[in-house]
Amino acid sequence: MSALLEVRDLFKTYGSGETATRVLRGLSLRLEAGEMAALLGPSGAGKSTLLTILGTLMKPTSGSYEMLGVDMISADDRALTDFRNAHIGFVFQFHNLLPDFTALENVIFPVAVREGRETPAARARSRDLLVRMGLADRIDFPTASLSGGQKQRVAVARALMNGPELVLADEPTGNLDRASAMQVMDLIGEINRKEGTTFLISTHDEKIAASCRRQIEVGDGMVTG
Amino acid sequence: MLYALKIATRYLTANKAQTALLITGVAVGVFIFIFMSALIGGLAEFILSRTVGDLSHITIEAEDSDPAVLIAPEGHVLAITERGRTRTATVAEAETLLPLIEAVAGVRAVSPQITGAGFLTRGAQVSQVSVTGVEPGRESAILDLDGYMVEGSARLGSGLIVLGSDLADDLGLSPGQTVRLQSSDGVTALLTLTGVFETGNGAMDGTRAFVSLPVARTLFAMPQGVTQIEIKLNDLNAADATALRIRALTGLEAVPWTDGAEQLMEALNAQAQTGYFLKSFALVTIVIGVASALMLSTYRRRPEIGIMRAMGAGRNFIIFVFVAQGALIGLMGGLTGAGLGYLALLPFPSRDAFQPGTLPMDITQGSYGLAVMLTVMGAVLASILPARAASRVDPVTAIGQ
Repeated sequence: MSALLEVRDLFKTYGSGETATRVLRGLSLRLEAGEMAALLGPSGAGKSTLLTILGTLMKPTSGSYEMLGVDMISADDRALTDFRNAHIGFVFQFHNLLPDFTALENVIFPVAVREGRETPAARARSRDLLVRMGLADRIDFPTASLSGGQKQRVAVARALMNGPELVLADEPTGNLDRASAMQVMDLIGEINRKEGTTFLISTHDEKIAASCRRQIEVGDGMVTG
Repeated sequence: MLYALKIATRYLTANKAQTALLITGVAVGVFIFIFMSALIGGLAEFILSRTVGDLSHITIEAEDSDPAVLIAPEGHVLAITERGRTRTATVAEAETLLPLIEAVAGVRAVSPQITGAGFLTRGAQVSQVSVTGVEPGRESAILDLDGYMVEGSARLGSGLIVLGSDLADDLGLSPGQTVRLQSSDGVTALLTLTGVFETGNGAMDGTRAFVSLPVARTLFAMPQGVTQIEIKLNDLNAADATALRIRALTGLEAVPWTDGAEQLMEALNAQAQTGYFLKSFALVTIVIGVASALMLSTYRRRPEIGIMRAMGAGRNFIIFVFVAQGALIGLMGGLTGAGLGYLALLPFPSRDAFQPGTLPMDITQGSYGLAVMLTVMGAVLASILPARAASRVDPVTAIGQ
């Protein structure tokens, strides 16, 4: 396996002066391509902050971050936006779909925003992804009419739309019942095995963590195990 | 950017009631803009037609020659010939110039005239009168004499005269009766009244008399030439430029109606300025309405903006989504307002048929295209601030909301 990304001595402090809160304290981590890793740790350990930094949505206070050989610290907003669009997918705890759009329109978004329009090829791929997620009969449904589990599967399809190397999932099953949670995790595992997509999944659920091949413990702003 | 337009359209159609309300607000602003344009423009047209419509738009008057001066060999003035009370100067070459003037672009009618003063006598009644001799067949070329006739006809010819209503009343005259006219040159003629006109202008109705040009030649001992040439234009606002062209063409002093009408022009300008202010307020209202609505939309959609940013939408994409919403609102509101404005103006009489007591609305001066264009521009400008605010939304904070 080759390194997909590597962060070294990451520090992140929110606020300043007496109200400053140091969330990451010299965290270092290396993820190999094709890994399926669970990010474990108590609330406030820095899991979400780490995912946000790895997703290029926020920069650390200090430290280095390289992904696919690109220095993410020195890149400007436009470069990070383009990189994120091409190489990183997100799955959030509360699915975070666009409420006024259908399932297909949500899934197609990452490609359409890059191409400037909904190409026939993009429509075909988003349909395929939704079929793979077991949502063939919900493709043109408004997302507001879908169940929680269905919405999260749409969110997974959207995260895969651009064929990203890395998918960051922040508590992707935290808002689902056990059956729906395992259904989503089975899908993620299948995609990881078949397509080699790297997943980093933040979770409190030990069963979810156990379904991943690697477990990364975070505590007090550092990797502890 | 086609995709950003789709997102913008979806946002507008997602909340139909709010969008409809917003478009209605913009349409009302545009409606006021168009209504004010038609009213101010129509009012200006109305005032001009009432004050200048019956006047000559350009007048060529014969210039009196300078008074003769007798100068002593030492250089001092010994005597000056005092100018006579009667008009003696003539436009001698009028016959030659008329076809040239008629060919000038924008000239609707040309009327060579001989004017002078005189006294009308009927029995013991004597009235001072201002006499205008016009070519038969051109009686209504400048003043719409036919339109103002209240008795008889405006037909002029040998031995015939047309009088203002007050003058006819003073003399107790009716069409078919005769009256004696003595000119300031001392020539007397017995004329038959063929018609009585009433313009509503007291000075004109009480002192003006029209005779044919040959009758005027006899009365004022002017066998050749005329004292003035009156010119009517298709567009009275073109008087200054056309007067300059006629001056260059004929070498004569062509005077536009605007000379000496400074107060009227100032009043019209002040009226136009008032219109600009009112229309500007309507536009400002539109801009504030659109800006506040989009600002609200930006705030409400912060989480979605955060998601789009996380999915790889750049700042410019977000800006375009919100500016496009502003442009669409402006366009739809502008077209709706323009359509409603046009429909509301339809029942008003046309500019040629303004009636006293009604609003002088001119449907042709609604400035529909300008209203729509300014509204779209205003709405786009109004959306820039909310759009920039949207593009600066921090995706991490927004998604966490």
